[in-house]
Formats: sequence, structure tokens, C-alpha cells
Amino acid sequence: MKIGLDIGSTTIKAVVFDGAGQIVFRHYERHCARINELCASLLSRIDEQFPDGDFQLAISGSAGMGLAEDVGADFLQEVYATRVALKKMAPGTDVAIELGGEDAKILFLTGAGGLEVRMNGSCAGGTGAFIDQMATLMDVPVEDLEALSRAHERTYAIASRCGVFAKSDIQPLLNQGARKEDIARSIFEAVANQTIAGLAQGRPIAGNVVYLGGPLTFFSQLRDSFDKALGVRGVCPDDSLFSVAVGAAEHARQPVRLPEMIERVKRRVGRGNRASCPALFASAAEYEAFRARHDAHSVPTVFDPDYAGNVYIGIDAGSTTIKAVAIDEDRRILKSAYLANRGNPIPAVCDFLISFYREYPKAKVAGAASTGYGEALVREAFRLDGGVVETIAHYLAAKQLQPDVDFIIDIGGQDIKCFRIRDGAIDDIFLNEACSSGCGSFIQTFASTWGLPVSEFAKKGLLAPNPVELGSRCTVFMNSSVKQAQKDGASLEDISAGLSISIVKNALYKVIRTASAKDLGEHIVVQGGTFLNDAVLRAFEREIGRDVVRPNIAGLMGAYGVAVWIRETGFGHSNLLSAEELMHFTQTSETARCKGCENHCLLNIIRFDGGRRFISGNRCERMTRGARSELPNLYAEKRRMLRMLPKGSGARGRIGIPVGLNMYELLPFWNELFTRLGFEVVLSPESSHALYARGQATIPSDTACYPAKLLHGHIEWLLDQKPDAIFYPCMSYNFDEHLGDNHYNCPVVAYYPEVLRLNVPRLKETKFICDYVGLHRPKDFEKRFPKILDKYFPGIPAREVRAAVRAAYAAYEKHMAEVRARGQQMLSQARAEGRQVIILCGRPYHVDPEISHGIDRLIGELGAVVVTEDAVSPLVEKFPTAVLNQWTYHARLYAAAKYVAKCGDPGVNLVQLVSFGCGVDAITTDETRRILHEGGRLYTQIKIDEITNLGTVRIRLRSLFAALDQEARRHAKG
Amino acid sequence: MQRVEFTREMRDTYTVLVPDMLPVHFALLKNVFQLHGYRMEVLKNEGADVVNAGLKYVHNDTCYPALLCIGQFIDALQSGRYDVHRTALLLTQTGGGCRASNYIHLLRKALEKADLGFVPVISLNPSGLEKNSGFRFTPSLLVEALYSIFYGDVLMLLRNQAEPYETVRGATKAVLDRWVEALTEQFRRRAWLPVVRFKRNLRAIARDFEAIPRARAEKIKVGVVGEIYVKYSSMGNNHLERFLLEQGCEVDVPGLMGFLSYCVEVRIDDIDLYGGSKLARWALRRAMDVVTHFERVIAAAIRRNSGYRPAEPFRVAKSHLNGLIGLGCKMGEGWLLPAEMVELIESGVENIVCVQPFGCLPNHIVGKGPIHALRERYPRANIVPIDYDPSATRVNQENRLKLMLAVARENAAAGNEA
Repeated sequence: MKIGLDIGSTTIKAVVFDGAGQIVFRHYERHCARINELCASLLSRIDEQFPDGDFQLAISGSAGMGLAEDVGADFLQEVYATRVALKKMAPGTDVAIELGGEDAKILFLTGAGGLEVRMNGSCAGGTGAFIDQMATLMDVPVEDLEALSRAHERTYAIASRCGVFAKSDIQPLLNQGARKEDIARSIFEAVANQTIAGLAQGRPIAGNVVYLGGPLTFFSQLRDSFDKALGVRGVCPDDSLFSVAVGAAEHARQPVRLPEMIERVKRRVGRGNRASCPALFASAAEYEAFRARHDAHSVPTVFDPDYAGNVYIGIDAGSTTIKAVAIDEDRRILKSAYLANRGNPIPAVCDFLISFYREYPKAKVAGAASTGYGEALVREAFRLDGGVVETIAHYLAAKQLQPDVDFIIDIGGQDIKCFRIRDGAIDDIFLNEACSSGCGSFIQTFASTWGLPVSEFAKKGLLAPNPVELGSRCTVFMNSSVKQAQKDGASLEDISAGLSISIVKNALYKVIRTASAKDLGEHIVVQGGTFLNDAVLRAFEREIGRDVVRPNIAGLMGAYGVAVWIRETGFGHSNLLSAEELMHFTQTSETARCKGCENHCLLNIIRFDGGRRFISGNRCERMTRGARSELPNLYAEKRRMLRMLPKGSGARGRIGIPVGLNMYELLPFWNELFTRLGFEVVLSPESSHALYARGQATIPSDTACYPAKLLHGHIEWLLDQKPDAIFYPCMSYNFDEHLGDNHYNCPVVAYYPEVLRLNVPRLKETKFICDYVGLHRPKDFEKRFPKILDKYFPGIPAREVRAAVRAAYAAYEKHMAEVRARGQQMLSQARAEGRQVIILCGRPYHVDPEISHGIDRLIGELGAVVVTEDAVSPLVEKFPTAVLNQWTYHARLYAAAKYVAKCGDPGVNLVQLVSFGCGVDAITTDETRRILHEGGRLYTQIKIDEITNLGTVRIRLRSLFAALDQEARRHAKG
Repeated sequence: MQRVEFTREMRDTYTVLVPDMLPVHFALLKNVFQLHGYRMEVLKNEGADVVNAGLKYVHNDTCYPALLCIGQFIDALQSGRYDVHRTALLLTQTGGGCRASNYIHLLRKALEKADLGFVPVISLNPSGLEKNSGFRFTPSLLVEALYSIFYGDVLMLLRNQAEPYETVRGATKAVLDRWVEALTEQFRRRAWLPVVRFKRNLRAIARDFEAIPRARAEKIKVGVVGEIYVKYSSMGNNHLERFLLEQGCEVDVPGLMGFLSYCVEVRIDDIDLYGGSKLARWALRRAMDVVTHFERVIAAAIRRNSGYRPAEPFRVAKSHLNGLIGLGCKMGEGWLLPAEMVELIESGVENIVCVQPFGCLPNHIVGKGPIHALRERYPRANIVPIDYDPSATRVNQENRLKLMLAVARENAAAGNEA
């Protein structure tokens, strides 16, 4: 008899074959990291059921590798095992798709290119664990996703790259009241897209497709999503859960005596060579002293039902929790609540208000306000008197406890917010980017893996002797680090402590980017629900080597701050719904298409009783606020200029040019060149997510930046236009603008045409001109280009080409001069009118609305004029930088920073757009920040990706404007 | 920020620390520098402390090699083993369009953060990016360094081909160590400069390795290509070579000379593509002629005195590319990376691990980019890209490698049947 064991990241599966190769035993269960124990009992069961069996054994699966090594059993790599199994289970399969707990795999069995197996990269979520995580987020049992999904009406685009990204897309949807049914289906589609985008890499998935593994077995809706995305009808064979185990059994050659093997599995202990950190507390006494010190920092809380004075209510509608506080005239807390969001903040807030009215019948509400993700929704729903950006709320709260506070760090459920206070104003804001989660919900996810409430889970780590060293990266990585630690025998206690430490490291080194306490400040206040966890607090103090203040209401600080704010700024009376009105409170939601513009956003409309309503899902504010004349915006201007280029006759043919990356700037050059030569230039359209989806199957490297990956879609679109050639040259060098030490393009901009040529199969349908050109040497280029063109379009007289090249240089110069002139004019006009100006720094291609996600327009809505970095960079002389200044686009960025630092005008500020996955920006962000700080200016960074949660961006920008406002007021006073 | 120069005076009293990149080559190079009056030390510290120091002082989105090199430096400086006021650091700087050219600046920023801003940092670069009065490539130093690289490549090549088959465990390493020592001794006596001596050494090295008793076994041949640091540094690639050896493979890692030749060649290609000085082109060509000559000498010595396979000449490897990727692609490892993959496949090594730091920009293009096209050209090619970064776990990496090996074994079995 043959035993196949498949120990995956979350489940353990086993099959037993009899002598004839028939399956006579199968077992499937979640192992919750208790691998040894479950494996031993499983083998014992097999031993009992088949007492006379002669067994051969093979082990497979990601968690099986270590076990097999330790107990001396044969190991079979799991993808390979799947392939072996398919020969038995589903002969004739062309492509198999297998999703597991943490892995996604595609096996190509037939066709050109031969056998090929692909596994997800270490950064790709979108798997079983991802689905689990999303179910937790939606607060439904994971099994219910199937039924929910069946009842879907529409779907939302959810970033499928990794769980963390998807989470930040789903959370706002939940908060905005989107239907769970629709979200469930959207999650399945995201998984299907992720698998296809990440693993197909240009190879077509067609023929007999087979679905394997847990998620695809349990969720027919997931299979359906795959069918739709692939345009096939895949099948899910019997025993699809057990394919790896079947493969292992099929391959089992090693004879084993079961009782002996069971003993070995039981005796197996971790190898104990894992890295660990010092214990958080050496003794219980030490912990007590620590508690006592922190208990001293508290906001007085009273219960006084007879209180008849003014009351101020603050509500912080966060991403995962709702915090509400009511304070009296002396800023004492009368009532507070810390509630789970459960996907809709409204009922929780409603309950809070009703019970407040009941408990304090005599009190007079003199002001109510909100903050957080759900600020606007809550404000509309309950007719609050105002709202304030979270950062200001937190600062006001911290100031109550520590008047000299100069640094605040807030770790909440989903985000980390840190800000420095200088001279009483918020100076520097750090928010975590989508990729560096490591916040409260992260530890919660792990706690639920062990079936523990988060507080209990965290407590276990306090006295752990050897906390695990887990590094400081994103959750997806953390999963495998935890897995490794378990494999090495780490206890739950040590893992819990390790996770707390990693949260702190993540905040310090990834978000704040600091190495020591002296960079933070003298008086540090830490807050947010996560800091209520003593292990995190201890790890933080230890890591920075300084005692900090943690208020007793650490989790309520946002709400407390808003209450303080409305007390200070309010009018003395409130419009808040009365107890009476709350009795009749109703809420209904519907969706509708916006007819305001060609975007046709799908709006989510929540209606409340009394005609109040809240609209979300809109990309602009036209519908909600009514049309308003838009402020000058150089991004919009640039987009307009590029679409107004002259058109050629097409006598010599049609040339397609993808509008992406550096083409955003060089288009005037190439358009002039080809138009002069009598070609018709066909431009690809403005990017959209749909365009991206068209090309995503041919992307070989999923971790490249979004602007680059978009090009695959542009090329597919151009191919459909059947041009005579597609022109997209490689360029190591850019124009030398004499601002830096060299004038390179970044590697991705320089060589992406090569990636397209090598990976987009359809490019063989046309001529793809991706030769290397050097525009930085005009004389040489003029000589060389006729030869390049001649390879594809022979017979064009060289003299004519040379003249066209000269005209192209002139057209480029003219275009750039126009951009600069327009930008500088906008800038001076805005300042003359007393408006804020934001220099929104990026690369030329960031004007693509699909890349910058309308951030330029958002800034306009917040009341500032937007200009680009290249409008001001020529105003700066070359200056020494602390990094090698070798890329043309980035030299402009440094120059723009220098301009802001030097200009002495507090109304001109810089915001840097950073593409996720842009390695170059790891260098530029720190340097830009340094240059601005030298001039005493604020630095603001916005990270953008495939899908950006504009909510976070809005907070960041509002905080920036609030800080500028504070600063201006302070100057006015002083 | 003012750059701290490495002055002539420091040269005699300072210890110059070098990160560990290529064990064999650096052991030899260190000796050459010592002969020229530098007190040099190759760092050997590794493990969690190095990674943590890197994470603490370097932007976490920076590539892994920068994180490790800088982490290794800072960890060493903070260890108390060195007088930090009498220590300088040396780091290579390629000067290409890749962000690696910025490592040196990131190192300085990190030192500043760690209150070690006074430690001088020397850039080892071919482009004259930074100059230090106390550090100069004299012609004799250059020539001697070049010889050590040739020796390093030869020793690495033979070690890789001998070790998997040795019947007495450790026999290969013994020969290798003996030769590193012998060459060091020769350096000291300065008796090794003439070409004649070089040839005699090569002959002896080849024969010594040939004399190692070896089993006639069929092993899976696996090539390792990729970003230069993680390709060679065992700390960078989680001891990849050792893992593959333990799995019963013969590992083929293309030598360092290929990379240096590539650095020269791309300058020639640049002139050909975009225009430039004819004189510079001529000089670079002559430099390549010298390299080609030495390659020939080495190949002949190995072929005549042993049964080992010498490396393909660089020019041949380049010509194998045959339009797979443009020769203007020159950032990071540029076209060299696919060229090495093609060369490995052409010479019968169809299983390839392509190592890269997570999020390495050039590798999006030259590493993962051409794999699809390569498989079309060589359907039996079995290439696995592996990402390395501070948090990528070994389990995950080994799992992928095992998949590649399972397919390799199956291909080998099918090949034997056919």
C-alpha cells in the first residue's frame, strides 16, 4: 500500500492506495500549525485501519519539506506531485490551475514550450489564505462567500497583487456600504485575475483546463470566475483536493514501518537554530513596574448621570473600528466606546448615541464632529456639526496629555500615522504605504489563526523567553516567516512576542525611516488601539531606547481629539440628531451610474431618513458638490497638449506609438518626425484599468512598476489598429538638462521595449521598432536615424529623414518651453491670487490619469493649483546632492525640491508621487526629503499603484493643508 | 554633506574593510592590495545582525545587495573589533544607470545616521566617479589585480567541476586552499608576474585538480546566473551553491571576467550605437584583445592538462545572443545575463537558477524578461528565477529550487531513455 502525505501551508491531506492503486483512505484537515501532532495521529489512524498493510510513503507540500528531512522520509516537490497525479486523475489535461493555502500554481502540460510549471512569487497573495483574510475582514465565515457571491449584481475592481493591497480596496467599499454579495464575487475575480496575470506570463491558457486545490474545490463561484476570465470551461476532478497527496502516493517508493515512523514524527523537535530577540520582560515584577508607570497617564473618566452642562461628542470612524467619546466642559470623558466596524459604521454609532441620550438625559449636546475614513458618511448620517482630518484630531488629543508633545505615533487597525510637531504645528507626516502594513489588523489576523482574541494572543508574548526574529516586511512575507519559525519549533508565546516586535520595527524603519530616538523627539506620545497591547509598547520603548507616554485612552485618541476640537471651534449648539430622531433613523443603499462626465462612475448612494444622503464611488466631486470652475492644473494641461499634436497624411504608412512611460514627454518629438515624413501616427488611448487588463497576461515580472505594466495593454490596443509598424525605441540615455551628474533613464524606462518584444507574442504581427537611439547626441542621432528607419521602411531619402529629425528637435524644444512657460505663469498667477501651489512631482508619465488616479484633480478640489516639477526645475542651477544624481527625470525632482526650499514662499509646496515598485524612488524620496528639510519645508509623499485608495491620499493632503494653515496662522499671530 | 576623503596619510595607518562578495577572488585580491601598501580586510560577518543593521540604516525598499553590504560594514564597525577612527571602507561603484551606482551614497547616509560619518568611504569604480588621494590604481596594481581575477575564475571553475564528484570529501577544497596559499606566497615574492609564470601556474593548477580522485557519476548540471552580488555571495543567496551541491548537482557559475569584459564591451557598444570618440573605442578594443588572449591561454591550459571544460570565450558567448536582446541594454548585468543563460544552455547546462534581489530593476528586463523567449528557442531550458531579500524565507526558495530539480531529473531520465 502507498501513502501520500501533503502538508501544505494551512492544511494536511493524506491518501492511501491499495495494491491495485485504488484510493482506500482520504483525509483533509486544517493543521493550525500543529503539524507533528496531527501528522502522527493521522498515521496512527492509517495504521489502525490497515493493520496488515505493507506501506510505502512519500511526503509533499511546502510544510512537508522540513518534516520529511527531519524524519528521513522521501520528499516530492508539490507541483511535480500534481503533475504525476494528473496523469492518473485527469489524463488529457492541457493546463492545470492549483490554488493552495499560500501558493498559486499553473502547470502547462502540453503545447509549444513543453512542460512548464509556474508558482507564484514570494510577494503574491491572492490564494486561499487571502480568501480567508478577506472573509475575516467582511466578518463572515469563509464558507458563506460562495452563497454570497451567487447573489452578486455587480463587481468592483480589487487590486489582486497581494492581500494587503486588496484589503485597502475592500475596506473603503465596506465602509461605504457596498453589498457584501458584490464584494464576495469581486474577491473571487481578484484571485482569478491575480493568478492569470502573475503566472501565465504570455503563455495562453487553453484546452482542457483542470482546477485543483482547496479554494477551487470549495468555491464554484471561484471556478466560474476563472472560466469567465479565461474563456474556457474548466473541470474540477474528483479528489481535486488531494491531487498533491495522490501524486506523492503514486511516487511513493520508500518502504516504512508505520509505528516507527509515528515515533519519529512525535519525537521531532524544532532544530532550534532560529534567530531570536531578548525577552520583552525578564520577570513579572518588571512588567508590573512598567504597568504602573504607564497607568499614570490618563484622561479623567467619570460617570455622572446628573451632569447637565454642555457635552461634546467626537466620533472616529476608522477602517476597522469605531471610536466614540463624549466629554464635558472640563474635557473629562463621560462616555466612550470602542466598537468593531463590521463593515458598516452606522449602526454602531447609532447605538452609541442612543445609549448616550439614555444615560445622560440632562446633558446638552453642544457640538458633535467626526474624523477618520468614515468621517463624511457619519457626518451626513447623524447631521454632525463638522469634521476634521485625523492627524489634527490626534494632535489635539495628545496635547491634552503631554502639552510639549513633539512626536506622535499612532498605530491603528490598518494604518500607521506618525507626525512630528514643531513649534506647535504639525510638521512632518508619515503614513504607512499599502505595502508596509504591519498594523493592528495584522496581529489580529495571526491571532485568529490560533483561534484567540487579539488581546489574549498579545498577552501571551509578554513573558515569552525567546521572541522570534521575524524581520519587518509585509504581511505576506510575515506569513512565511511565521511558518518557518513554527517549523523550527517556536512556541506560540515566542511568535506572539516576535510579531509585536516586528510591528514596531516596521513602523520605525519602514514608515518613519529613523534609526534612533533622537530623530523622533523628547516627548513622544504613542496611541492607537495597537499600543494598548503592552508587548508592542514595550518593544517600542526598547527599540528607540526611551520612555514614551501612552494614554490610558490610547485607542480613543482620535475621537477624543475631535471632541476637543469641536469644543474649541464649535458654535455652542449642535444639529446632531436628537434622541427622538434617532428612533426613526433609517438607512438604505442603492447604486447608480453617474451621468456627469464620460467616466460614468458607479455611484453608491446611501439614503437616510429626512432626505439626507451620502454618495461614494465618484471619482470627482462634480455630482456631489455641483460643477465648479476647476483651478489651473498643469497635469490636465499636459494631457491636453499631447492630444492636440498635428496629424500626418499617412502616405508612407501608419505608425503606432504607445502613450506610456517616456513617450509622455517624447511624443512631440516622434510625432513631428513621423508626421514630417508623411506617416500617420496612431496614438494609443488614455490608460484605463480595462486597457491594463487586456495586456496583463503577457507581463513577465509582476513586481515591475504599474506604469511599465500598463504598456502591455497599449501595445495590444495598437495591434488591433493594424499599423504598419509600432515604434517604441530603447533609450539608455535621456536628454541632458545639465542638472545632474549624468542623464540616464531608469532601467525600466530605458529598456521596457525589450520586455515587450520578448513577451508579447502578437508583436510578430507587425514591425516592432525598438532600436536603441541616443537623442542626447543630436548630430549623431541625425546621422544614425536614417539607417535605423531604412531597415523598416526602405527608400526614404536620408536627407528628408535628417530634415525631419531637425524639425523634431525643434518641436520638442517648443513643447518643453511651452510647458515651462505655462507652469510658471500658473504659479505666479496663483500666488498673486493668494492660492496655494503644489508642485506635484513625478515623472512625465504620472500625468496619465490611470497612474496618478486623479490626485492632481483632488489637489485642485482642496483648493491648490497644481504644477509639475519640470516647470520649475529649469529655474534652478545645478547643485551638489548627497546621492549620485544620474537620472534626468530625477534630477528635475531634486531641482524642484531645491526650488521650493529656496523660494521662501510658504504657499508653494512639494508633493512627490512615488510608484510602488519603483526602486529608484527608494533613493530619491530620502534625498528629496533632505533637500526640503534643509530649507525648513514640509515633505509629502504619496505612493501610487495599480489601485490607489484615494481615502488615504485625501487624509495626507488634508493634513498637509491643515499643517500649512496652522503655520500660516501662527505666522499671522507672531 | 561633505565627503570624507581617504588621504595619503590614512593609507598607512587605516584598515580598509571590504564586503565579502567572491570568496576566492577576494582572498587573492586582498593580498595584492596589501602588497601595494593597503591594510585590507575582507569582512566575514554574516547572519541576522548584518541584515538588521542593513534594515535599520538603509531605506528598506533599496536592493538587497546594498542592504547586506552596508549592513555588513555597520555591523563590523559597531562590533568593537575595529578602531573606527582608523578604519576606511571600500565599495565598488559601477557607474551605470542602475541604482547600484548609488550604493556608496547610501553607505555614507547610513554612516551619518549611525554617527560614523567620519569614516572615509572609497569608491572602486572604472568611471572616475570619485577620487581619493590615498587610493590610486597604479598600472602595476591594476595588472596584478587582473591576474588575481583570472586565477580566481580558474580556481572557481575547476572547484565547481571537481567537487561534486570527489570520492574523498574535502579533497577539492584542500587543493583549492593550497593554491590560494601558494599564489599568495608567489605574490609576496613578486615572482609571478611574467606570462610564463602564469602559464606554468595554470598548468599546475589544472593538473592538481585533475589528480583529485573522482567518481564517474551522472549529475544534474545547474547554472547560476543573475545579479552579480547575489550570484556570487553566499550570504546574499542563502548558500545556494552549498544547497545545490547537497542536492547532488554540479554547479556552474560563470566567472567574474565575463562581467568585467561586459563592462568594457558596453562602452564600445555605446559608441557604436550613439557615436563617440574613435580613439576611446580603439583603446577599449585593444583592452578586449588582451582579455581574449588570456582567455585563450587559460582555455588551452585547462584543455591540455585536464578533462575539465574551460569557459566559453567571452566573444563567443556574446555572439550566442544572436538578437535575443539588444546590445544597448547595459544597466546592471544588462545583456550579459541572458548571454550567460544562452551560453550555459548551449554548453549543455539546461537547468538554470536566475538569482535576483527582490525588486531589482534591471532584472525585470534582462532576468525575467527573456525567459519566455529563451524557452521558445530552447524548449528543454529549465529556468527558475529566485528572488532574495531580507524576509524571503529559505523554505520558499528551496521549494522552488526543488521543483526545478524535479523537472531537471525528469528531463535527464528522458534524455537517457532516448
